Amino acid sequence: MGSNMAECHPVGFQWVMEAKLRGAKIVHVDPRFTRTSALASSYVPIRAGSDIAFLGGIVNHILENGREFRDYVVNYTNAPVIINEGFKDTEDLDGFFSGWNEEKNRYDNSTWQYAGMRVRGAVQDEETALSGEAVGYGGHGAGLEHGEPPEEDPTLEHPRCVFQLLKRHYSRYTPERVAEICGCSKEQFLEVAEALCDNSGRERTSAFCYAVGWTQHTIGVQIIRTAAIVQLLLGNMGRTGGGIMALRGHTSIQGSTDIPTLFNILPGYIPMAHAHAKQTLAEFVEMNASPTGWWGRLDAYMVSLLKAYFGARATAENDFCFDYLPRIDGDHSTYQAALGMLEGSVKGFFLFGENPAVGSANSRLHRMAMANLEWLVVRDLVEIESASFWHDAPELETGELRTAEIPTEVFLLPAASHVEKNGSFTNTQRLLQWHFKAVEPAGDCRSDLWFVYHLALRIREKLAASDDPRDRPLLDLEWHYPTEGPLEDPSADAVLREISGWDADGRAVSSFAELKPDGSTACGCWIYSGCYAGEVNQSARKRPGQEQSWVAPEWGWAWPSNRRILYNRASADPSGKPWSERKKYVWWDEQQARWVGHDAPDFTADKPPGYVPQTGAKADEAIRGDRPFIMQADGRGWLFVPSGLVDGPFPTHFEPQESPFQNPLYGQQSNPARQQLRHRLSPFNPTAGEPGADAYPYVLTTFRLTEHHTAGGMTRTVPFLAEIQPEMFCEVSPALAAERGLENGGWATIVTARTAIEARVLVTDRLAPLVVQGRPLLQVAVPWHWGTRGLSTGESANDLFGLALDPNVQIQEVRGATCDIRPGRRPRGRALRELVESYPHEQVHAR
Amino acid sequence: MSAFTTLELGKTPLSWPESYGGEQQPRMGFFTDTSVCIGCKACEVACKEWNEVPEDGLHFSGESFDNTGSLSANSWRHVAFIEQPTRVDGAEASGGDLRWLMSSDVCKHCTHAACLDVCPTGALFRTEFGTVVVQQDVCNGCGYCVPACPFGVIGRREVEDLPEVGGEDVLGLGTTHKCTLCYDRLKDGMEPACAQACPTESIQFGPLDELRERAQERVDLLHEQGVAEADLYGESPDDGVGGFGAFFLLLDKPEVYGLPPDPIVPTRRLPEIWGAAFLAGAALAGSVLAAVAGGSQ
Repeated sequence: MGSNMAECHPVGFQWVMEAKLRGAKIVHVDPRFTRTSALASSYVPIRAGSDIAFLGGIVNHILENGREFRDYVVNYTNAPVIINEGFKDTEDLDGFFSGWNEEKNRYDNSTWQYAGMRVRGAVQDEETALSGEAVGYGGHGAGLEHGEPPEEDPTLEHPRCVFQLLKRHYSRYTPERVAEICGCSKEQFLEVAEALCDNSGRERTSAFCYAVGWTQHTIGVQIIRTAAIVQLLLGNMGRTGGGIMALRGHTSIQGSTDIPTLFNILPGYIPMAHAHAKQTLAEFVEMNASPTGWWGRLDAYMVSLLKAYFGARATAENDFCFDYLPRIDGDHSTYQAALGMLEGSVKGFFLFGENPAVGSANSRLHRMAMANLEWLVVRDLVEIESASFWHDAPELETGELRTAEIPTEVFLLPAASHVEKNGSFTNTQRLLQWHFKAVEPAGDCRSDLWFVYHLALRIREKLAASDDPRDRPLLDLEWHYPTEGPLEDPSADAVLREISGWDADGRAVSSFAELKPDGSTACGCWIYSGCYAGEVNQSARKRPGQEQSWVAPEWGWAWPSNRRILYNRASADPSGKPWSERKKYVWWDEQQARWVGHDAPDFTADKPPGYVPQTGAKADEAIRGDRPFIMQADGRGWLFVPSGLVDGPFPTHFEPQESPFQNPLYGQQSNPARQQLRHRLSPFNPTAGEPGADAYPYVLTTFRLTEHHTAGGMTRTVPFLAEIQPEMFCEVSPALAAERGLENGGWATIVTARTAIEARVLVTDRLAPLVVQGRPLLQVAVPWHWGTRGLSTGESANDLFGLALDPNVQIQEVRGATCDIRPGRRPRGRALRELVESYPHEQVHAR
Repeated sequence: MSAFTTLELGKTPLSWPESYGGEQQPRMGFFTDTSVCIGCKACEVACKEWNEVPEDGLHFSGESFDNTGSLSANSWRHVAFIEQPTRVDGAEASGGDLRWLMSSDVCKHCTHAACLDVCPTGALFRTEFGTVVVQQDVCNGCGYCVPACPFGVIGRREVEDLPEVGGEDVLGLGTTHKCTLCYDRLKDGMEPACAQACPTESIQFGPLDELRERAQERVDLLHEQGVAEADLYGESPDDGVGGFGAFFLLLDKPEVYGLPPDPIVPTRRLPEIWGAAFLAGAALAGSVLAAVAGGSQ
């Protein structure tokens, strides 16, 4: 679900085909019948944006029919935990949980806590609540006194235990309701639910694969959470053949969250510090991590990171240069940054391998924003649209931009490709794989590593004489990497070694367990610690599969500590025996008094299954021997999330920001906590129940093609790729074509409140009309690969979307909006804006 | 008795593999299993990259995801996309009632290859691997091979088919082109580019005997799994072209994929035709002779 794996991950999909060959049942649930559906055992169409209803229906099906893996649920999840008396569910408050603050447009989560648990001030803190990531990413929160929750009921009967709350929350997600909301048939839904239940338990496991079809919604995080609930109830986590696989958008996207390009986290998912609170390092640690579970060692990770940054200059006396770290004072995500450019508060911008003029929601707004910068640095393989907008943006044609009046100075710098540099890719399974430089970069092309390294050297040279305290962090940065080759490329190997970390004697550490809070160790990213163990670049190992065990531990290196399946202690029962011989993976060996198995155990190796922590135990010592989810404060899989999400402890079906349907389950239409960024360039379509909604009767969703890659810079420029998907098009059903007079192969104009774009028409049965809430629903699907540059050019699908974001991670909702569609090409010039303005939309005066 | 015979009038045909003496190799080919094809077109792209086949136009076809259209001088692999409604008449409509067939087509490297038979210059030849290859430096562009192919595989490379590149630096303009089964790669012990690029092993490369065995096992397995319509196309040496060197597992009738159901090498009757022509000529000559002789009397 939420993934078109055959088309977007064709190389990985070979293993799905391999599984099918061995008898696995492959189910594809998607608004479009894609190349993945064609190869699946069964396909179920659903309306774009209705995923929580479908998955919530599965949760209800499991609970109503007693299909949960009871022993797993009781011991390994927080199902038995009793929740605060003050907690109110969406069932009680018609779509809200308790704690909603209408004025601040956000939740206070104090009533979502475990009963009898002390609520830490930190989680309620104004600043940290700015974004879910500050308390999210594995829930650094939940300050349990020791690992175990204060009150629980192992019989799962207590009315306030998580299990009963869950049952009640999803009780209305019946097969009939699922069919009504999603547009599939009740039979199709039940076939999927039954297949999942039949293929889960002691002897069998099932896996979910998802991609941005789940994330790009105002409820994206919660969709994935629903799948996590399903998998925990069925016992499919931490076990071979189970899990939830997040298929990434492109190479090393996993790596760029681990060692982040995000504004609010540091390497290894450590939150960024906030500007408002004048904190010491100790206060920061106290505020940002639970004392129990592996986050209980945040001090060691953080001090080691500062030692990697500032080396000998970071000492206990100066708080390890903690004050040198930049602070955030609000939401600085990509969309806020674009609004800042329009406002004039963001004056300069670096773009590395990103093309917002095509790839970001409301790409039109991004072009207008970049046209208001003072300077822009674009490093890419070709002149992408984000570098060329000043001379070829569609807004020049409408007269909204004039080249002569654009102040932006664009520096387009040629980048080296992956074959022209050494480095690592981290894939979706957290696997680091090294790639070796095949050739030196041509001409002026340079690696990103070269650029950043030499840029810092040059800035430091300019600042050498400065005594301004604000320059100290840069001047005190430990910035010595050996360089290689004729271009003086910094050694990527040396960078990886720093990421992995070293001990007091300068020897490479083998695991994050060796990191210390006293300043004796350095480590650039604690979760990657050990990737250079034994002074060997572990990620460069390429021992063929035939020459090692089926888990293939010597192919690359997986974080953490080369564990191929996370939380794999869950593959054994509470006493440490495998749940089944068939699914044996990691188990407790009595004689050796250790955890052993096919994989590196994701558990303290010598902690016996019967271990019970003492009161006051900290970090991993606070986690019982039968609690596999060691990153959580209580070592359990969280069916209910007391802290870490800003929009609720249970996933709930909400309609997209723009929908032709009203929410049939609750009075609250859409996720109340969603971010809505309004700008005169980005009004929303009226949604169901608002005047003017009828003007946008169709559901609009985006998709990707095998033939092109993301915003197209690497593929529309290649003749052999451009010719096999040569033009921007839209997919519509024969019914929609008939309703709007669209001809296959002809042109259509797609309209939203933002703009209108033209595309070729592909009439296909693959985009089936659905019946939703008793009404026929027609959908329009558009690939988002096109822009003004390259061999194959076309209009950008992302121009059509507004800025409604998931509140936890600021991801745009481009997988379910509304639109109108008309036959023929769009009007040119000023007439385009007149067409768009003739449609109903909200008047946004602000900004 | 050899698998191949070539027509050389007036001589006893010297046939593969004997013609290669000690250099002969096992006959190599493709087994394209369309039941696992995901339509990624990596084969098309890898083929063009390796063989320097030019891009031939940025035209949106509106035919499902097939913007290549057919095999030609400039497309040596072609992935067909066939969208089929599977709903039984009268049943209630549902979005899942659909089948999307995908199949990567290629030169069949026929046992009896008409293109090779009709080539007057010897540009087309059979390699030591039993494959059929055109040599552009020998080809005179007569185009006889084009209509001879029962599958429409081979084509002549024309400037007007290459709008984007203008034909300036394109190799082999005016001559015919088709899949070589990556003859150059085979010579170096490598597999063809398309087979190497295929992520799901839909395109399998190997000695033809082995491929035929493997294909039969695959069909049997699919039949066991209830895919009754799975069938092999072109694996039988008894068909009209003596069997394909590159054969297929299809999930529907060949014509659904745009393939001839019963391909016949058009030169199959060439000996009879030539024989008949010879007899007719002889008879004519005889009657003329008789007339002249009679007239002179």
